[in-house]
Amino acid sequence: MTVNDAEVTREIEGRLLLVHFLRDHLGLTGTHWGCDTSNCGTCVVWMDGEPVKSCTVLAAMAGGHEVRTVEGLEQDGQLDPVQQGFMQCHGLQCGFCTPGMLMTARALLDRNPNPTEQEIREAISGQICRCTGYATIVRSVQWAAAEEAGTRTTIPAEGA
Amino acid sequence: MQVPAPFEYERATSVDHAIGLLDRLGETARLVAGGHSLLPMMKLRLANFDYLIDINDLHGELGYISVEPTQIRIGAMTRHRELLESQVLADTFPIFGDAERVIADPVVRNRGTLGGSLCQADPSEDLSAVCTTLGASCLIRGTGGERVVTMEDFHRGPYETAVGDAEMLIEVRFPVRPHGSSAYEKVERRAGDWAVVSAGAAVWLDAGVISDARVGLAAVGPNTTGLPAISEALRGHAPSEELYARAGAIAAQTCRPATDSRGSEEYKRHLADELTRRALRRSVARIVADDPGA
Ligand SMILES: Cc1cc2nc3c(=O)[nH]c(=O)nc-3n(C[C@H](O)[C@H](O)[C@H](O)COP(=O)(O)OP(=O)(O)OC[C@H]3O[C@@H](n4cnc5c(N)ncnc54)[C@H](O)[C@@H]3O)c2cc1C
Ligand code: FES
Ligand code: FES
Repeated sequence: MTVNDAEVTREIEGRLLLVHFLRDHLGLTGTHWGCDTSNCGTCVVWMDGEPVKSCTVLAAMAGGHEVRTVEGLEQDGQLDPVQQGFMQCHGLQCGFCTPGMLMTARALLDRNPNPTEQEIREAISGQICRCTGYATIVRSVQWAAAEEAGTRTTIPAEGA
Repeated sequence: MQVPAPFEYERATSVDHAIGLLDRLGETARLVAGGHSLLPMMKLRLANFDYLIDINDLHGELGYISVEPTQIRIGAMTRHRELLESQVLADTFPIFGDAERVIADPVVRNRGTLGGSLCQADPSEDLSAVCTTLGASCLIRGTGGERVVTMEDFHRGPYETAVGDAEMLIEVRFPVRPHGSSAYEKVERRAGDWAVVSAGAAVWLDAGVISDARVGLAAVGPNTTGLPAISEALRGHAPSEELYARAGAIAAQTCRPATDSRGSEEYKRHLADELTRRALRRSVARIVADDPGA
């Protein structure tokens, strides 16, 4: 598989879950591991560009696929606008849910650059935050959307 | 930490390959599709197998929504999200959109499949209720060839289906008839949860009279249940609130809910009644909106 664009090959047990492969075998501890029951969403990573709960995917199932984790959001030393939004709008307190929230939020904005509050809430509805009450997470994603809209109007050639 | 017991992982490259592996490995092997029902059960050690056969590479072969004049065929590997985003399903069977919006959450819906949902045969499974409501049938393939079974015959009991050890579900077929529509209603404790009770309805009108109607319920008995008595009570009548009330009363009487952490038996019967009425009312409203002459 590739993880954050780097080719990775390992011998693993069939039963190894993707979340443990990323954390324990690759040392990518940005992806958190919470409920273990597919409910909390802190383990969300992308497989082929789509958010999945990595506690409910076998590492072997991701073989041959492209995996992206929160470590892979930053591009060329530049934080992703979603990461900046979470900093600007207090989108995290303890930070436990944040990696999953960031991955889902980035995937949402890639498909829908200008989501409504309802659409943001729907996108993160499979993820639990015990700290923020979600309002600041919603605001952080809106901040990122506005930031990107601004970028798009000033540099129209990019990402069109 | 929840980890499944050890097993050998195999990856199927075609339907025939998958069936060949199942045939060779026997009942110690299981298919894994989205894995969002099977892996949680294996992590809790409620299910243990010596072999898991990953069929996700068959998404190309079995992930389709194919429209024909008299039926829609949906491949077993079609994912929840694809069902939700399909415009032709939204136009023909709006019940899919209603149900998919409230099945699990968007991230789970990126993985879970139609085939996995039906084969899991959880009594609370929403897509099973949708398929029952629409009078679907299932194409099963094994080493000996193919057969088609109705939803009534597909579900044998909780977590038990007509799919044998060396067989797999290939596609689900939905008959298309004119002047009809459908709807799904679900009550859940919180977003993304399994149903307390769900009800699906499909109605067909002919010159203002119900020519056929079907209701399917989830989470109120050992199986997702179709209710033929409601079809009989509705056929030949013009839609009305009294008629919906009669259907709701039949639903409440004939379902077999059990008291559990999601609610009491009495509350669930109340929901079966109310949700049946709402689903019928919404189905009829949709027919009239799309097709005022029906
Ligand atoms: C947090 C969470 C919430 C959920 N909430 C809901 C909900 O509200 N409503 C709801 O209806 N569902 C819900 N689900 C279940 C979800 O829809 C599952 O994805 C679905 O039930 C199973 O699909 P799957 O592809 O993941 O199946 P798997 O887990 O891969 O497989 C399930 C079973 O089906 C068998 N199987 C799979 N495909 C085939 C095939 N083609 N032929 C023969 N056998 C096959 C497997 O061997 C296994 O026994 C929820 C799941 C989670 C994790
Ligand atoms: S750890 Fe995967 S959903 Fe909670
Ligand atoms: S910031 Fe603490 S759980 Fe979300």
